Amino acid sequence: MAKITFITSDDDTIILEGTSGSVMELAVEHNVKGIDGNCGGVCSCATCHVHVKPEDMEKTGQASVIETDMLELDDNADKFSRLCCQLEISDELDGVELTVAK
Amino acid sequence: MQKSELPDPFKKARLEKGIGEMNDQNDPVKMLLRHKDVRKTAHNYKIFQSGAIPGRIVIPSEVNIRKIRQIPFEIDPPIHGLYRALVEPWFKRPLHEEYAQKLTAQINALVEETMKIDTVEIIQEFALILQSRALTLLFNVPYEESEIWISWGTHVFRSKDSALDADKANILYNYIDDQIEKAIENPKEDLYSMLLASEVEGKKLTKEEVKGLVVLTFAGGRDTIINAVTNAIAYLSEHQESLERFREEPETINKAVEEMIRYFSPLTQMGRVVAEDTHVCEHAIKADTRVSLCWASANRDAAVFDNPNEIIIDRKINPHVGFGFSHHNCLGATHARQIMRVLLSTLAKNVGSIEIFDHKENIEDLDEFKRKVGYDYLNAKFNRLTK
Repeated sequence: MAKITFITSDDDTIILEGTSGSVMELAVEHNVKGIDGNCGGVCSCATCHVHVKPEDMEKTGQASVIETDMLELDDNADKFSRLCCQLEISDELDGVELTVAK
Repeated sequence: MQKSELPDPFKKARLEKGIGEMNDQNDPVKMLLRHKDVRKTAHNYKIFQSGAIPGRIVIPSEVNIRKIRQIPFEIDPPIHGLYRALVEPWFKRPLHEEYAQKLTAQINALVEETMKIDTVEIIQEFALILQSRALTLLFNVPYEESEIWISWGTHVFRSKDSALDADKANILYNYIDDQIEKAIENPKEDLYSMLLASEVEGKKLTKEEVKGLVVLTFAGGRDTIINAVTNAIAYLSEHQESLERFREEPETINKAVEEMIRYFSPLTQMGRVVAEDTHVCEHAIKADTRVSLCWASANRDAAVFDNPNEIIIDRKINPHVGFGFSHHNCLGATHARQIMRVLLSTLAKNVGSIEIFDHKENIEDLDEFKRKVGYDYLNAKFNRLTK
């Protein structure tokens, strides 16, 4: 079980709990604003972009090459960016804070 | 070769040069073939522009048959973003439960009708009908309107004799003018009325702008959806095991749809007009010439996709550009994805196998390349699933 905090562009804080699947699926299921997950999680649409709280990067790990290539062309991306369809929910993600990208 | 196979004609040129050349009505196009170049170029709207003369970024060019600007498609950022933001919520409606239910009911009924017939021509008697009926949901107009759209045939701008048919385009334009006038007199809950009531930067959209958006909605989602649906049927006729997999693991359907969009690439390419002398992958490109973002080639780039010429139904990482990329990614993608997801799910639940009797391939002539994009006709039979 992992507790994950989302901060939306309206500054709403949404705390969700999940046990399996991807963080994107959890967010879409609970209508977290700004996370659309259009492609269903295959890394082709970048509509699930989040900024990981810097101290939580250790838990999420860095973006993969395919993800980085995608984010490279996103003007709002930074070194804390991840596509959350690529974050699998597990106990290790417990407590992470993600800010939904604009 | 299997009937459902769509070969990759770009491989050699993609590896050796990265570009292809196409003459299109004396306005030549340099086709960008590599995934990385296609994405970078799509993102760089300042040099590779969409806001050229209406019709010029389309290949084959529509400048001789169309004066109207398609919106937001033929506008560059930052203004593009204002129009896009305006229509985005409307084009996300396919995610609503009620929309999905209506779409499911439509497709279910069509599959049911189709199973009763011994030979069905998939393009005219299945894909076109499916696409037209589904479009009534996107427009939020009565279902009966689809009968008129079906009567126009498969191509909005094209006919059997000519790749670009001005008479056909006029039928569509006159129809849209009539619908806009009706919506002005008697506003309803449809796309026309929503657009007519909308403002960008404090100004109401003009009739011309409303028309530009409506034309895009008709043109962008016709051949593309028909190709995607028809290719999916051809694929499933040779891959009964995929139907079984969708039945047993419906969660694979999302990934299967993305993979089909990658493999089929229903829209081969889209152009941009170059604003200044520049270069792409070491090839010089002159100002006021055209490049194309060749989605179909990028989607077979082995630098990105393992086994690019195979449909891997549960491909996990799939950064395809079948719906384009960046600012101008496909506005109708949510609708298209929902159609494909519902179609695969409905076929899996009801159809045990699909037989193909005969077919004729639709080959696009891109000068240096000949690309199969779908079929001119495909005669088939859906066999009911016996439990």
